[in-house]
Amino acid sequence: MCPVMDLPAHIEDWFTAKGWAIHPHQRDMLDRASDAATLLIAPTGGGKTMAGFLPTLAELATTQRDGLHTLYVSPLKALATDIKRNLRKPVEEMGLDIRIEDRTGDTTATVKRRQRVDPPHILLTTPESLALLTSYEDAPRMFRGVQRIIIDEIHALSESKRGDQLMLALAAIQAMCPDLRRVGLSATVEDPGAIAQFLARHPDPCNILQADPGPDPDIQMLHTEEAPPWSGGGAKYAIPAVLDAVKKHKTTLIFHNTRAQAELFFHNLWLANDESLPIGIHHGSLSKEQRTRVEGAMVDGSLRAIVCTGSLDLGIDWGDVDLVIQIGAPKNVKRLVQRIGRANHRYNAPSKALLVPANRFEVVECIAALEAVKAHDLDGDGRGRGPRDVLCQHILIAACAGPFDADALYAQFTTAGAFADLTRPEFDDCLEFCATGGYALRAYDKWQRLLQRPDGQWQLRDPRAAQRIRMNIGTIQDTDTLKVRLKNRGGGKPLGEIEEGFAATLTQGDTFLIGGQIVRYEGLREMTVQVTRRADKKPKIATFMGTKFATSTQLSARILRMFRQDDWPELPPHTRQWLALQRKVSELPCENRLLIESFPHDGRAQTVVYGFAGRNAMQTLGLLLSKGMEEQGLGPIGFVATDYATLIWSLDPLTDAASLFTSEAMQNGLDSWLAGNAVMKRTFKASAVISGLIERNLPSNRKTGRQATFSSDILYDTLHKYDPDHVLMQITREEALRGLVDFGRIEDMLARVGDRIDLRVLDRVTPLAAPLFLEPGRVPVKGLAEERLLQEETERLMSTSGLDTVETKKSWRVPF
Amino acid sequence: MNNSLEFPFCGSTLTARASGALWWAEARVLVVSDLHLGKSDRIARRTGAMLPPYETRETLDALASEVESLNPATVICLGDSFDDLAAVDALTDSDVMLITRLQSGRRWVWIEGNHDPGPVEFGGDHLAELSIGPLTFRHIATGEVAEISGHYHPKVRLSVRGRIISRAAFLVDDTKLLVPAFGTYTGGLCTTDPALSGLMGRGAQAILTGKTVTQLPMPRG
Repeated sequence: MCPVMDLPAHIEDWFTAKGWAIHPHQRDMLDRASDAATLLIAPTGGGKTMAGFLPTLAELATTQRDGLHTLYVSPLKALATDIKRNLRKPVEEMGLDIRIEDRTGDTTATVKRRQRVDPPHILLTTPESLALLTSYEDAPRMFRGVQRIIIDEIHALSESKRGDQLMLALAAIQAMCPDLRRVGLSATVEDPGAIAQFLARHPDPCNILQADPGPDPDIQMLHTEEAPPWSGGGAKYAIPAVLDAVKKHKTTLIFHNTRAQAELFFHNLWLANDESLPIGIHHGSLSKEQRTRVEGAMVDGSLRAIVCTGSLDLGIDWGDVDLVIQIGAPKNVKRLVQRIGRANHRYNAPSKALLVPANRFEVVECIAALEAVKAHDLDGDGRGRGPRDVLCQHILIAACAGPFDADALYAQFTTAGAFADLTRPEFDDCLEFCATGGYALRAYDKWQRLLQRPDGQWQLRDPRAAQRIRMNIGTIQDTDTLKVRLKNRGGGKPLGEIEEGFAATLTQGDTFLIGGQIVRYEGLREMTVQVTRRADKKPKIATFMGTKFATSTQLSARILRMFRQDDWPELPPHTRQWLALQRKVSELPCENRLLIESFPHDGRAQTVVYGFAGRNAMQTLGLLLSKGMEEQGLGPIGFVATDYATLIWSLDPLTDAASLFTSEAMQNGLDSWLAGNAVMKRTFKASAVISGLIERNLPSNRKTGRQATFSSDILYDTLHKYDPDHVLMQITREEALRGLVDFGRIEDMLARVGDRIDLRVLDRVTPLAAPLFLEPGRVPVKGLAEERLLQEETERLMSTSGLDTVETKKSWRVPF
Repeated sequence: MNNSLEFPFCGSTLTARASGALWWAEARVLVVSDLHLGKSDRIARRTGAMLPPYETRETLDALASEVESLNPATVICLGDSFDDLAAVDALTDSDVMLITRLQSGRRWVWIEGNHDPGPVEFGGDHLAELSIGPLTFRHIATGEVAEISGHYHPKVRLSVRGRIISRAAFLVDDTKLLVPAFGTYTGGLCTTDPALSGLMGRGAQAILTGKTVTQLPMPRG
């Protein structure tokens, strides 16, 4: 096939002058430049971004024009800034007259205003800023003639509501500019077709270009003298070996699955860092100043290692990383591969990585992950249908831009892949919700947010509402966090953020870790946690919200397949013997059966269910099973869940397992349990904010007293009582089931095992169950009810204050 | 169940109810504060956000249940009964009927609050303040002795073994009593806030509403 587009001479010359050859996939992108949608999958360091921009540069080099030509969207503000720098340089060297600007939350109001009147050729932005742009009345003028949109790190965006927001905004822009061409840039993924569908205007096709993935990574499990512990996630045992590896490499990234683990590991690493190797820490809860400093040090090569979390997963160029260490089981092979790709940005050189299991079971998981990487067997769970809370927000955004026609808007939304199968009644429910609240009690006829005009178009009742809607655009959940600052005269240096719930557990003098330092809690002042550096106690660890990833379905299945082997020569002896012993005294779980062990321990009956459905689903399973056991009169006391098993302790042993596991029993338990559950309330809050029911940001001139705001839990309880079928309750349920509740994976598990449920009654703890007894995060069944906790606290407070004059009758009942 | 708690106040014996209502048995007076009826309507009118419009019904049902179980001779609504004066118009016919039914056969006093500074169309007395025997009732505390007021929506937040318990609360010291908000859509101001810590005297006690009515020393900031 002959190239559709020739590269203009001064671009070709620039490559030659640099002594660079154009990569084949960059050439392919030029050939495909006129296609409506193209997805490029390329490894890190493969000149992916240049591949995305080359067609734009070529078009702008040959045709003089004004106005916007290309939009570039990335998930990170920092990435937009980074690209601006990296793109302006070659453009100048090529002698091209192309204006490149970024627009993010950090851009000044003056520049933002100017950009709307006089847009640059290339605008680099984020999904939220782009959605905001589509909400202005003058959007059609600003976007007029835009030719291309490049979506970077689309694999990351496609997994979140930010991506859904982006695609709905893009649908709006495409409606203004039918000729807009879409390009997605992705890291290696398991299902390129799914991302292509996410990217393309439905039902248009989308090309998928695969760049040469480069050589396989050099990836191994770290071997240590000391065996990993039976449980826990700290991997403290591995610190000498990790330091050793850091010494042998130029720059090492040390990835952790959670921020708390990163903090703890960093702390322990420094305690052992005799040579004072420069090692930094980076995660999303640290202050921007802290992060910027570490990033700067990284770029100029003055750090030997960074302890980090997913905040470094995305593609900012970190220079000379030659080793990636993953602490703790990777949980997900795809993410592991993407992280490994961060090492060695030289094209066509293998990336080098080490896996460090944090405990004995993770040894098995790491080996399974290694084999999956070798077999190029990536994993991922499809995201399912587009979330309707985001849809509601976009109905409001559309109304901000001007009157709209419901039929046209519905048609426009269904061009986004995730919303392709949105039904008209579902859309109408959302529109009704945005217009009138959608309540069974018609209360807002007078104060509707959207009104239908005589000509059938919808518009805002009060145009001033647009400002408030714009202020609340976005889907990122800021959990309730408090800023942490050093206490001193000048206001204090910001250190980062901790969860409000964690802050509430602190009393003056308590110490915790943040940014690798131990700080002492001094007090709370104007919603800021004040700390000093006086650290005289063992730190509590700051608890960070962050997502706790569940082990993927595919990786879990791979582990179960491993268990089928007669022996495990690939495992270290300690782990190999452990599995052999389990097989001798009980059995190993397998894929198409469900193993349940029942044995006495600690004076309690213990039940272990090896469901291998991932942490969230196993947690839900614990709640449902303990409820079932309560109904059977077995007196469940509490449970704990990991990615592979749930352990429940009770007064009496389980004898009839099968009846607990019918799909019906599960579903009934779910329905009654879910409604009152904290997970539902948290999910409701998120959806209520995204869908515009609750405004998170208010105009600053309308400060309200604290007593004027009330908890979203009250709204949830009210709706649950008076309007349980309300659209927002439906959305909440949809969201909860696929998120934290993860009921889908319980259903998958039930389908997988059918009626093949094996209850093994044993006389003691089995080897595979033993680590569960050390697992943190035990959940008491039915609480140690709140009333009882309150009573205990009251008595404590009364006696410490010497005021025990009030006779309070003990009115609680111990549940078991 | 401790669903109410008796306590002495300026020579009288009062009862804190689990619902957040105050009962003065001797005088057969029921006190509720900060009902904020019509709040969702006001928010919709002012901001465009349309919250579930069921809070007026929920609040009135709770009030009706207290009136039915105590059969008070006098009901005092301690101000901010309506979220604003216009919110009165938003009440449904059945809300209006319920209020009228509750009023019959007893004295009903609307104390003016900052949200509802004028008389509303309902029957009953509309007063800036009221004294009965030794006690004075007004919306915002002035510091006078034996004064019962609302306005602050006081609440107590405790953290117990890593769990946060937040409850609306009565606050009482030697001279004044603050009554929590009775309305459904009402948040609260923590006793640790300077506004409350500064207002309440030494030795102030908090009486927490909820399933178990519990008294403890008022946490301060």
